[in-house]
Amino acid sequence: MTFNKLSGRLSAALVGVLSILFISAAHAELQLNMTQGVTPISQELFDLHMLVLWICVVIGVLVFGVMGWSIIFHRKSRGAVAAHFHESTMVEIFWTIGPLLVLIAVAVPATGTLLRLEDAKTNADINLEVTGIQWKWKYNYIDEDVQIISALAQSSRDVVKDPTGNENYLLEVDNPIVLPINKKIRFLFHSDDVIHAWWVPEFAVKQDVIPGFINDSWAIIEETGTYRGQCAELCGKDHGFMPIVVEAVTQNEYEQWLAGKKAEAAEVAAQASQEWSLQDLLTQGETVYKANCAVCHGATGAGIPGAFPAMTNSPIATGDAAEHMNVVMNGRSGTAMAAYKTQLNDIDLAAVITFERNSLGNSVGDMVQPSAIKNAR
Amino acid sequence: METATLHDEHDDHHDHGPARGLMRWVTTTNHKDIGTLYLWLSFTMLLFGGSMAMVIRLELFQPGLQFVEPHFFNQMTTMHGLVMVFGAIMPGFVGLANWLVPMMIGAPDMALPRMNNWSFWILPFAFAMLSSTMFMEGGAPAFGWTFYAPLSTTFAPDTTDFFIFAVHLMGISSVMGAINIIATILNMRAPGMTLMKMPLFVWTWLITAYLLIAVMPVLAGAVTMMLTDRHFGTSFFDAAGGGDPVMFQHIFWFFGHPEVYIMILPAFGIISAIVPTFARKKLFGYSSMVYASASIAILSFMVWAHHMFTTGMPVAGELYFMYATILISVPTGVKVFNWVTTMWKGSMTFETPMLWALGFIVMFTIGGFSGLMLGVAPVDTQYHDTYFVVAHFHYVLVTGALYSIIAAFYYWVPKWTGHMYNETHGKIHFWWSTIAVNVLFFPQHFVGLAGMPRRIPDYSLQFAEFNMISSLGGFAFGLAQIFFLYIVIQTIKGGEKASSKVWEGATGLEFEQLPSPPPYHSFTVAPEVK
Repeated sequence: MTFNKLSGRLSAALVGVLSILFISAAHAELQLNMTQGVTPISQELFDLHMLVLWICVVIGVLVFGVMGWSIIFHRKSRGAVAAHFHESTMVEIFWTIGPLLVLIAVAVPATGTLLRLEDAKTNADINLEVTGIQWKWKYNYIDEDVQIISALAQSSRDVVKDPTGNENYLLEVDNPIVLPINKKIRFLFHSDDVIHAWWVPEFAVKQDVIPGFINDSWAIIEETGTYRGQCAELCGKDHGFMPIVVEAVTQNEYEQWLAGKKAEAAEVAAQASQEWSLQDLLTQGETVYKANCAVCHGATGAGIPGAFPAMTNSPIATGDAAEHMNVVMNGRSGTAMAAYKTQLNDIDLAAVITFERNSLGNSVGDMVQPSAIKNAR
Repeated sequence: METATLHDEHDDHHDHGPARGLMRWVTTTNHKDIGTLYLWLSFTMLLFGGSMAMVIRLELFQPGLQFVEPHFFNQMTTMHGLVMVFGAIMPGFVGLANWLVPMMIGAPDMALPRMNNWSFWILPFAFAMLSSTMFMEGGAPAFGWTFYAPLSTTFAPDTTDFFIFAVHLMGISSVMGAINIIATILNMRAPGMTLMKMPLFVWTWLITAYLLIAVMPVLAGAVTMMLTDRHFGTSFFDAAGGGDPVMFQHIFWFFGHPEVYIMILPAFGIISAIVPTFARKKLFGYSSMVYASASIAILSFMVWAHHMFTTGMPVAGELYFMYATILISVPTGVKVFNWVTTMWKGSMTFETPMLWALGFIVMFTIGGFSGLMLGVAPVDTQYHDTYFVVAHFHYVLVTGALYSIIAAFYYWVPKWTGHMYNETHGKIHFWWSTIAVNVLFFPQHFVGLAGMPRRIPDYSLQFAEFNMISSLGGFAFGLAQIFFLYIVIQTIKGGEKASSKVWEGATGLEFEQLPSPPPYHSFTVAPEVK
């Protein structure tokens, strides 16, 4: 622990000196170094990072020191005369073996850390399935039957032109997930479309989220709080806009939250069996469209020519309702169109399809009821 | 009778200068002309790719989306990477090889001059095809220069096919260039120029050429599989059809990792020529430099998956790739130690080429340190796909590869043109670039460690200060290269006459046995090498 503190202070000092080289008025709160995080692994990674950084600093000081000495003292303008030596097998062997020993000193602790980092399978308390979707995250609490879809919060979307003042700009979501502290959480990752990467720096979890694969990783969160992360693998247009927010709470609060989520789901299921009015569907549909469809098909339904088709006057949105439902629910294979039946509930699907048929410049005039979606599933 | 004899003699000694007009450049088979064409292409692409970097830095100047849409931003990062790698750095080195290899080994020209013409003239068409996608529906490639499937296959616009064919053309050009360089070096050395007497630039290019021949077909295979996945119903990289998106990354990086050494090995050769000249002392450890270059090349084939530590590889694979990767720092370290020891007890002066070479050594080593850190697999969890990586590869590619090309320009341009460049301008160019490039890239280490992912058009407020600093450095660095363009043109147009030796401490056939500028056909009679 004391080594950590000392090394932390030394690194802060080093980085501080370096930053002063580049900015005269160094901002006091600027984060210059890797986070130590809130999990045992994140702390271990930080220590390993500092170890290698310090090795590099020492080697750098030596090499640049010798080089600087030559530049200052062995220059022609000071009357230096060139020596004639130009080879020495002993010296070459020395600076081959020397660095090799240093590398072994790095590799030994790195091996231990890596083995612990990769040990996701043993003794997991909670299994959380994480699905990457362009451009949001779906979370499934496998043992609890609770599902959350989490996308960038509207409060960030609204201020993209000038985000000053929004402290958590691009790091806030509509539905944060909640996890208990001091439990081993095993994350299981896979993707519905392209490759994403789920990264929360404080947990030291960064894992590629790949279609056709299930990857895993783990964390034991040691402190309550709100932890924010982002997608770390280029996944298309809105790669920079799919953040992650995790609220770490006590076991009691976690259980209350789960119960609340289950009650919400039951409420939605009850509403889905009712008959909805056109106006209610349109109102709900607009919200769903903005959150899910507008990124590709455009807020006004214009799409992006050559990349994403327009919604306005689209043959699907203005054609047969059953085919429209089929495309939205099951997606279009071979294109970026996702299968929304795994992401949206019956009400939202019915609402957004109705909205697309009767708004954005279309006026088909019919409605799709949540019960029709339920039957089509 | 007598007149006829004289006439014959006259013919024998006449230097058949180049044809006049535009067709000289189109039909040329001369290594110097083709070298010049390559270097101008490289410079053009540097400014083209650089202008895209300016768009990127402009958008990242402050948080929020002010100038471009995310889709266009992704096109910029992708095209910037492709243009800089395949358009600026690689042709830059090929141009230097064309100019220098025949002069350094005592040959009149390259071994396969007509193929040489072809391998150059493919490139402008390849880049025209690639760049034309920016004006098409769907836009230019927007999936990163690493074009990971399935983002580049199922989820990419139709213009991706232009990208695929452009990459094929670039690969054909590179392979032809590499064959030519190998054939020249192995067959056309002057008597006495044994392999272990060759200048290191020739050595490193020989090794680079083998790397090119080995890996460019792998890249061609990858894009061909993309093409068949996109159009002919195969599922190489589509999990839904039984394919494997991670296999794409293995194939790509089996090309991609040797590729990064393709972009740095010739730089090692350049630095190994410049440092001894201005230290007035023979290169320390010539043979260990040759062995170190070869070791780096061999190791480069065995470390590719260190780009993929977060893909969920088996832990044994991660351990192997970590050990192999950090092992590369041993031969790379040997090179740096040898350069530093060459300077030790030398008699140094600091003309412009030496400044760029010293800048290279310091900043390439910084890039090497961050490379070692990235190689430590567990910690790569935190570094991977952040600005820390961006800072790392720009230190090795900008202050590494690009700095070496600029150093080579200042070092050899008096030989090529017979004119000295303006020393004051050269020094201003160096200090301006070096201050700017560090303001540009050093803060990116900090934002990367603090958690800023790469390839994002917008970022949260905590990263604002360093991004603004970085952008300012970027604009200054871009401007410095416009100044470089002015220096290049001024030097070609005129300047103080350069002696045949150019530099007091210069060695090698091009300085010792050829005038400045050298004749159109370098050595029509093979020189004697002792």
